[in-house]
Amino acid sequence: MTVSELKSIEISDMKNIALGGSFLGTGGGGDPYIGRLMAEEAISKNGPVPVLDVGDIEDDALIIPVAMMGAPTVMLEKLPRGTEAISAVETLQNFLGKKATAIFCLEAGGLNSTIPIAVAATTQLPIVDGDGMGRAFPELQMVSMTMGGISACPMAMADEKGNSIILNTVDNLSTEKFARVITVEMGGAGLIALYPMTGAEAKKSILRGSLSLINSIGSIIHSEQAANRNPADRLAHDLKGIRLFEGRVLDVDRRTEGGFARGNCIVQGLGDCSGTQIKLEFQNEFLIAQTQDGIPKALTPDLICLLDLETGQPITTEQIRYGFRVIVFGLPCDPLWRSKQGLELVGPRYFGYDFDYKPIEQLNAVL
Amino acid sequence: MYRIGIDVGGTNTDAVIMQGDKILAGVKSATTSDVMSGVVDSLKKVLAETGVKNSTVSAVMIGTTHFTNAVVERRSLSLTAAVRLCLPAAQCLPPMVDWPDDIKQAVGGHYWMADGGNEFDGREISSLNDIQLTKIADEIDALGIDTVALCSVFSPVNDSMEKEAMAIMKKRLPKANFTLSSEIGRLGILERENAAIMNASLRKLSSHTVGAFGKALKSVGLSCPYYVTQNDGTLMSAKFVQEYPVLTFASGPTNSMRGASFLTGEKNAIVIDVGGTSTDVGALVNGFPRPASTSVDVGGVRTNFRMPDVYSIALGGGTIINPEDPISIGPRSVGYRIHEDGLLFGGDILTATDVAVGLGIADIGDPEPAKKLGSERLQIIKSKIDEMIVNAAERMRVSSDRIPVLAVGGGSILIPDTVGDLPVVKPNYFAVANAVGAAIGQISGEVDRIFSLTSISREEALETARKEATKKAIAAGAKPDSIEILDQEDVPLAYLPGNATRIRLKVVGDLNG
Repeated sequence: MTVSELKSIEISDMKNIALGGSFLGTGGGGDPYIGRLMAEEAISKNGPVPVLDVGDIEDDALIIPVAMMGAPTVMLEKLPRGTEAISAVETLQNFLGKKATAIFCLEAGGLNSTIPIAVAATTQLPIVDGDGMGRAFPELQMVSMTMGGISACPMAMADEKGNSIILNTVDNLSTEKFARVITVEMGGAGLIALYPMTGAEAKKSILRGSLSLINSIGSIIHSEQAANRNPADRLAHDLKGIRLFEGRVLDVDRRTEGGFARGNCIVQGLGDCSGTQIKLEFQNEFLIAQTQDGIPKALTPDLICLLDLETGQPITTEQIRYGFRVIVFGLPCDPLWRSKQGLELVGPRYFGYDFDYKPIEQLNAVL
Repeated sequence: MYRIGIDVGGTNTDAVIMQGDKILAGVKSATTSDVMSGVVDSLKKVLAETGVKNSTVSAVMIGTTHFTNAVVERRSLSLTAAVRLCLPAAQCLPPMVDWPDDIKQAVGGHYWMADGGNEFDGREISSLNDIQLTKIADEIDALGIDTVALCSVFSPVNDSMEKEAMAIMKKRLPKANFTLSSEIGRLGILERENAAIMNASLRKLSSHTVGAFGKALKSVGLSCPYYVTQNDGTLMSAKFVQEYPVLTFASGPTNSMRGASFLTGEKNAIVIDVGGTSTDVGALVNGFPRPASTSVDVGGVRTNFRMPDVYSIALGGGTIINPEDPISIGPRSVGYRIHEDGLLFGGDILTATDVAVGLGIADIGDPEPAKKLGSERLQIIKSKIDEMIVNAAERMRVSSDRIPVLAVGGGSILIPDTVGDLPVVKPNYFAVANAVGAAIGQISGEVDRIFSLTSISREEALETARKEATKKAIAAGAKPDSIEILDQEDVPLAYLPGNATRIRLKVVGDLNG
């Protein structure tokens, strides 16, 4: 698809960015709305956020990725104080003894697609056009930087009560384990600044153009809605995605375990799909789509999005309710994730599902 | 036995009498400023027209858009104090942060953030502060505000802070009424808080309105129970609606869509309901209003009610029109005062109905005053009105299928014969579709309690809840064989021992008789 490059982020851009971010959230990462409001407030105070191409950044410049860490349901309910981000970024800068040149978006899906923009506007720093996931994932080692050999540490965490903590761990998975425990202690959510990297490191390891991509996805969805078309067809065409299933939500089973919203959701088919069911497994994000006979239709790290059947609006795992009419939409992930190392980080077995990864295009090949 | 359905709109009060599935009569009266005399008029008319004895009426169902209109028009809203228990969290987005300025002004925009709130696991974010809350109560009192919306972080899983804060503040505000967000909404603090603030700002209006309904029924000798319809098409008792007027939001559209489907037999259609004050456009999918799957705006305010997906515009029979350039249509309406203020009834305000009458589209009142504007000017105004209707219908349309448009409501004379490329159907009793929808309102049974999943499975707990809810619905008068699940939700309460989960389940069934 043709993605128009984002040069700066104004208040008026936040609507598209938030919508595109909620699409790439693949059901998780929380509703970007709260991050959008925070970004809008900060932009109205401090002006638009410049967006930089990573190629234009000096090799020795410091780039700081930021994100919210924790359960999305917590963030919908316990809103931030507003000072956590600055606290996390400053704690990390002080530890490193160096000022950041730009903010970076760790995760271009869900709430974390908009939070870094609020952070950039608040700290009056530019933001890099890219991210570490190309979607949402539940754990912080699941980023392209891990594959690029960049350490998540030193990592700073901050909460609304004024606590700030620096972590140094032996590897990125350990960072995740320790940080997760701390977020629970922080009340289920905290602001994090991590993977500090130089311009040179970023050029080799980030996924580029993610902010421009979510801006374009948001603008496609808005314009298709305005033309009374379900955006799924155009998204399928432009992003090489697949309409996997359509139906009505029959049951949702969710539980909060170890800081994650886990569960599954059963969709009863309608139209061409009637008489069949599909079961979606989620751990914050949708990870597995399978038929009632256990035949996989889409497997992580490929993207599984739930869209409103009528409007094409993305639906998050915490929004799903009995009776919703939905489209299950699948999208191939960034090729980087399909490498052996990528699948070890985010493949079905990592999440405890007994499936060998197969690309979504093969699972749904027309015979 | 007979049932009476009443719809109190901004302009008209309609009533129908039904016996089983049969409509015996439908009448219209003007909504009056005291609400009551309009209801009395309609009841008298419909009883007289059918000769039904008031002792044989088994129930009266009332649907009203009164509260939605108040929010949409920013009218009759009380100054409200919004108090959020959250500190030090949640300061970055204060209460009403994303409200349009005009409604924020209408409720005063006063808010306080105080210590309190829970974490997801039940721990306290901070303890309630007696002195702080007392001081806030005094400030509220000094502003002359006597309605309070209290919202605490994570109150849907632990509502005790909201209750305690209310008790503390009541000492200083003994006459104030309180709305607790935990009693209205679900997780999602901004949306739940919004609903609580709107509910609080409507409490005075609801107490006035519900009182008027009761008196109206009594004055025509009806002693049967009466119900008010809520947004999912089910019925609430009078006392309940007095405390939770916000639950009537969008009941108008639900009633008109269910009524339109009942009257036409159409299961898939766009429904356009033109009242006196506003036009609601919704979609019927397989006979049910299409629910909104994401948050729903009411008058520009985000909420998370489970509501039909409805697009509302400020256009109705009583909409005030400025015919001079630049022509403006609405958003204000003369509402129920059309019979005094409309040109066609000898008043001096040009309304949308005057335009239709002046063009000869409808035959009510005196067309002459409107005609003075000249047919060319009237035509220009009418085409602007048509454009508003087509745009609204297009917005709700989701496929190129040529499904019918069902035109209902007293102002539906404003709807052209085709809407874009869609054919328009105007059923019998089109003008009283809302009242029909109210009359077929369903009885619900609800269970909202905490189950321990140590000795039983989640499925068994849901089954128990379903049985309990079904029993309640039957006890409240539902036909056993018509009962089905309307809504079910379970929220695990991670902080309680014994794998506890809060199950909310609602079943509905048709009213017996």
